Amino acid sequence: MSDRKLSPVLSTPPVIPRVPPRRSFFRSILYKDSFCAWIFIAPALLGFTVFYLLPCVRAIYISLTDWNLLRPAKFVGSANYSRLWGDPNFWNSMRVTLFYVLYNIPVQTVVGLLLAVLLHRVGRSVALRSVILAPYLIANVIAAILWFWMLDPLLGFVNAMLHSMGFGRIAFFSDQNLALPTIAAVNIWRHMGFVALLFYTGIQGIPRDIYEAARIEGAGPWKSFWNITLPLLRPTLVFVLVTSIIGSFQVFDSIAVTTLGGPVNSTRTIVWYIYESSFVNYRMGYASAMSCALFVCLTFVTIVQMRILRSSQSELG
Amino acid sequence: MKPNASTLRPHPNLARWSGYAVLALFAVISLGPIWIAVKTALSDSRTLFSGASSFLPQDPTLFNILRVLGFANPADPRLAQMSYGKIDFFRALVNSAIFTLLVSIPQIACSALAAYAFARLQFRGRRLIFFLFLSATMIPGIVLFIPNFILIKDLGWLNTYQGMAAPFALMTPFAVFFLRQMFLSTPRELEECARIDGASYFSIFFRIVLPFHRSALATLTIITSLSAWNEFFWPFLVGRSESVRVMAVAINAFRQQQAGGTPDWSGLMACTVLGLVPIAVLLVLFGRKVVESFQYAGPR
Repeated sequence: MSDRKLSPVLSTPPVIPRVPPRRSFFRSILYKDSFCAWIFIAPALLGFTVFYLLPCVRAIYISLTDWNLLRPAKFVGSANYSRLWGDPNFWNSMRVTLFYVLYNIPVQTVVGLLLAVLLHRVGRSVALRSVILAPYLIANVIAAILWFWMLDPLLGFVNAMLHSMGFGRIAFFSDQNLALPTIAAVNIWRHMGFVALLFYTGIQGIPRDIYEAARIEGAGPWKSFWNITLPLLRPTLVFVLVTSIIGSFQVFDSIAVTTLGGPVNSTRTIVWYIYESSFVNYRMGYASAMSCALFVCLTFVTIVQMRILRSSQSELG
Repeated sequence: MKPNASTLRPHPNLARWSGYAVLALFAVISLGPIWIAVKTALSDSRTLFSGASSFLPQDPTLFNILRVLGFANPADPRLAQMSYGKIDFFRALVNSAIFTLLVSIPQIACSALAAYAFARLQFRGRRLIFFLFLSATMIPGIVLFIPNFILIKDLGWLNTYQGMAAPFALMTPFAVFFLRQMFLSTPRELEECARIDGASYFSIFFRIVLPFHRSALATLTIITSLSAWNEFFWPFLVGRSESVRVMAVAINAFRQQQAGGTPDWSGLMACTVLGLVPIAVLLVLFGRKVVESFQYAGPR
């Protein structure tokens, strides 16, 4: 292609050829948008079709069958769904999950906001931010086992401290009333830094002169937080709330390592119950029906949230 | 004129220092449990009770780290004294490394190709396919895991690396979406110049777009490989055998071994610390890049 390189010594103004020089059929095909595009997306489209699209359709089909993986699947129509409607265990796990979300989200969001404002106002160092992000980079399993050890009734650090200060020992993970809040607390510990970082980024995007103007008008830090930071942070807030609520509904790892759904079903969340039904008891049809129900619930929750928080609008325009 | 600035905010120093105090408290909350894990991993198992509330390891020793890796001297009398759990954590770490490579490299490559097509090429069905990709982020993992498990089982890929990596290896909706956003910001002039020079889309992609977005690719590599390193649920479903199981699955299995009695805490914490080493190294070497990756890959 060097022949088309324009020489600077030419006296006439350089002319860019409108029609590219003739190429062989094979080469010219490489310059066509649509043909190239399909080559570019082929691997990802294959992965998407095989591991996302078809499984999604198949999950719906499986949910209409009775299938234990050994005998062929038997079509049973909506029987799994009507059974689900009358299954107290299903409703219990939905309730447990909802409580988990309710413990999790408000605390995580408030702590995240507090940390973000502090990071913005007093400490912006990368070292501090990486320390606060560190728990988020840890595997769920590791975070859970770490706290399982910290909170061990006999040998754990927290209980040893409580004991040496004269308090009684607390069986955080094996007390029916404490197990779920404890697992939520571990999750808050893992996520708070990440949430704070997202809010911090959002706060940095707020123009400084708005704060200046508010300060000149006589607004204190508290007032400018409520009237400037929070409203202008709404897009970030929506993102954080939507993703962390979807994530919390699907809690699994920390339960698999610590309580296994116990004590007395108090941590049997919906995904743990689906896991038990499918991979322990091999009721694939029923488990799929529950997973589809979860999907519908989550879609509904997300749409409601988007509506309430009017995510698409931003005060900054 | 001058005193006005300070009267607006009473006690600016007090506020600043209490801010520092709260941040320091959160730094301690973040790192404290990790330090306790390190302490336990380095302690002699017999001192777990007596040293439960201490901040420093009792009789510091590398014995726990060595024994979970399988490197302890078999003649060591401590191996016989305690009933330690059985684990080959070295194998698990190697498996995790293999799994991470098998997931991240092809995933980023394939997602980048697709992202470029979505960002710059015209073809039929572009909007529809992109919309489908995006909606896939809404599907809960468990919905897909059941049919995907059956698929992997039918392929005979249970307890193989390819079975564990396959669902993540060709794309994730996040990777495609993230890179598309990045590629959309490529300066048009760069690509158009190359086009006029007669470059094909492939050479534009490899010679201009990819090098231009080195930083975004590094960001995605960090996020993807960390989440692969930490992945639990899917490998737990399809890769439980000792020869392929990854770090998180091995830790879980190790913990469930002693579900009834007292867990082998010093061994468990040794595994935990080893599982954290790559993350610590990453943070120490590329702290700024890691923090910024997570900071800016969020809402857009």
